[in-house]
Amino acid sequence: MSTASSGFKLSEWIFTTDHKRIGILYLIGSIAAFAVAGIMALLIRIEQSAPGPTIVSDAFTGGDQYNVWLYFHGAAMILGFLIPGLTGFAANYLLPLMIGAKDVAFPRINALSVWLFWAGIVVALLTFIVPDKPDIMWTGYPPYSVNTAGNTALYVFTVHLMGFSSILAAVNFLVTIIYMRAPGMGWNQLNMFVWSCFTALIIQLIFVPVLASAVTLLLFDRYLGTHFFDPANGGDVLLYQNLFWFYSHPAVYVIFLPAMGIFYEIFATMAKNPIFNYKAAVYGGMCFIVLISGEVWVHHLYYSGMPDWLRIGQMVTTLMISVPVGLMTISLFGTLYKGAITFNIPMYYGTAALYLLLIGGLTGIPLAMTVMSVHLGETSFTHAHFHFIMGIFATFAVFAGVDFWFPKISGKMLNVSQGKLGFWFNFIGVNITFWPLFIIGVEGMPRRYWDYSQFPAHFAGYHKVATIGAFIVAIGMVLTISNWIISAIKGEKAPNNPWGSNSLEWTHTATPPGPGNFPKPVTVDADWTPYNYK
Amino acid sequence: MKRAVSAMVLTGLGLSATMAGAGEKVAMPDPAASWNTLWHHVLLDLFIIGIIFLAAGLYWVWKYRATRPNQIGEGPKLSKIAAISFAVVPSFLFMADDFFLAAKGWTVWNEYRNVPRNAMEVKVTGSMWSWNFEYENGVTTSFVVDSKEGEGLVVPLGKPVVLRMTSTDVVHSFFLPDYRVKEDLMPGRVTYLWFNPSKTGETLATCAEFCGNRHSFMWTKVKVVPQAEFDVWVAKQKQGAGA
Ligand code: HEM
Ligand SMILES: [Cu+2]
Ligand SMILES: [Cu+2]
Repeated sequence: MSTASSGFKLSEWIFTTDHKRIGILYLIGSIAAFAVAGIMALLIRIEQSAPGPTIVSDAFTGGDQYNVWLYFHGAAMILGFLIPGLTGFAANYLLPLMIGAKDVAFPRINALSVWLFWAGIVVALLTFIVPDKPDIMWTGYPPYSVNTAGNTALYVFTVHLMGFSSILAAVNFLVTIIYMRAPGMGWNQLNMFVWSCFTALIIQLIFVPVLASAVTLLLFDRYLGTHFFDPANGGDVLLYQNLFWFYSHPAVYVIFLPAMGIFYEIFATMAKNPIFNYKAAVYGGMCFIVLISGEVWVHHLYYSGMPDWLRIGQMVTTLMISVPVGLMTISLFGTLYKGAITFNIPMYYGTAALYLLLIGGLTGIPLAMTVMSVHLGETSFTHAHFHFIMGIFATFAVFAGVDFWFPKISGKMLNVSQGKLGFWFNFIGVNITFWPLFIIGVEGMPRRYWDYSQFPAHFAGYHKVATIGAFIVAIGMVLTISNWIISAIKGEKAPNNPWGSNSLEWTHTATPPGPGNFPKPVTVDADWTPYNYK
Repeated sequence: MKRAVSAMVLTGLGLSATMAGAGEKVAMPDPAASWNTLWHHVLLDLFIIGIIFLAAGLYWVWKYRATRPNQIGEGPKLSKIAAISFAVVPSFLFMADDFFLAAKGWTVWNEYRNVPRNAMEVKVTGSMWSWNFEYENGVTTSFVVDSKEGEGLVVPLGKPVVLRMTSTDVVHSFFLPDYRVKEDLMPGRVTYLWFNPSKTGETLATCAEFCGNRHSFMWTKVKVVPQAEFDVWVAKQKQGAGA
């Protein structure tokens, strides 16, 4: 890295306040979380490949082992991988470059954010060391999370650390985007990725405190003997669920928006086209999502005993999400129209994203309908739905993003054939994994079950296929991630702007960018946009 | 649950409804049947939207491949009116579909939530990890998971059953896959669901809200029997309790 003028020095990384290095530290941490959580996914899938104990020791303690894997998988994938991978790594590395800034507004706070995140990863990993391993789910519902012998505190502290980290990051980047844009750069000239982070971070800033307070009350109930969620003493079980989803539904947009942002950048660059109907996507899409993201959380509580009128009211608001998401989708697809598309690894993922977005998005519609979700909720249909949109679409966005900006970040080119091979394993594998789960989900296969012997025998076949798929994905991931490592060390040297992009991070910086990012201060004129290829 | 579930024929994702197959048919609101019909409509709706977008996307990806190096896209620059139309028209189309689905969903939802007057009430208590049932006439049954002992829930054919449910410990959920319904149970509140036992035979209810170690095993038999047989069963239960 050219930011390290004289080879690698550990202390330079530990004390760095450079947003690019902080971004890379986020990337390393989130990929580590992804890897461990991925191994948990494989254990879960092996266990589910047949009814009855497969790798857990026996029927009586099986749940205890399985629930720890499932806890870690869910919590680490969301809190440790996707959120830090998108609004941590990608936002850190790219936002200042895209808006022509030297760094973020508060570089030292930025360093604090990344180390809080790393502390969160360490606390999460303690799961495997403590004797009383957390056996709640990542949703942590009381009374179970208060009564269990498992260690709920580890969950709460992980949420606290990740939460503080992301609140600080949100403030930092919002200020950076508002005040540090290059002279002349108006709001309608921003990269789609900048807009997507801007809107995602507003959501993050508003809602993370709600989650932090919910889990803190949990901690009080558990260890200080308060009764916030204990009906026997005047508390209420549903209070937690409302607080939790008041954050955690908006959190899916914190993931979804930057993931879309990455694909917009890839599509515009590879098709050499402007964004189709930019303003509709930005204002009617992203900004509108910010407005309604907080009014739909009850769709996670359709069968939780909420008042009937609220279930119906939020069915309508939830279905309305199809408007902003639809506008963003039209804009994304439209960006290809009459383009001049070059196919390379990022565009392979981009093409797959068209399909993944549709499957993930459309299967959300029955789940948005109160009466449909009364059957489909908490089944493996739900499980396959959120894996398509988060576990695959958004995860592919992180991978495509790393592949796309890899030449800029590392100064090297990726090995193309290994990258494409990895893509095919990933893409084929996820389809083999998750389609069977849609099908048995409709038939009633509940999620979070490690044994399902009460169900018809043919469920086992579907589960087996899904398990094979998961191993195919695992091969794809190893190919993909090892490609990054090997190519960063001995890949071909990258040209300054290999994709011929028009965005500032490619046109105005060295490869990789040095300290201070831009050799000379950037100004842009009124008809500049990152997508102006004419 | 003698394979009533497996009676469901699956054609891809399009599930064919066979809920009211065997047994004597009873003219009465049947939420599960309405669910199945709605499910087909929703699938069709999604399929149409999905095909339009996917076809457009894949066709463009294929059609607009670059044919020479350094080629620039010819993507249109929208006029103000075109830009506004491309936002407003699709928004109204999406909203129209949303309201269409919401209206249909609400109709079926009303069936789900309006308990028929003649419904038989059963109190359900969920505990880690067993289901306990208490009938209006005082009969109680249960189903213990580990021993698979107990009658579970026994109900007469064709008489709507409303379950008033609560939990003694953590959150559970009473999920009847064959009747397309579930509702959570929790301490401190009483929730309800109702279903119309439209077919004799055994089916199952299983817990759908994470409740710890034996969550996967927290199921119970649900047996639907003709009214006469049910009356005999009740008499026997009462006798058993009296003896
Ligand atoms: C292809 C890789 C993956 C596989 C094979 C996989 C597999 C699984 C499995 C088998 C479960 C448990 C289902 C159950 O017992 O009901 C699960 C749960 C979950 N997964 Fe994944 N997963 C993958 C990737 C991801 C990713 C990338 C995310 C990031 C968003 C993710 C998020 C979750 C969440 C939030 C849960 C729910 C945990 C809970 O129920 O508390 N997964 N996954
Ligand atoms: Cu949600
Ligand atoms: Cu349970």
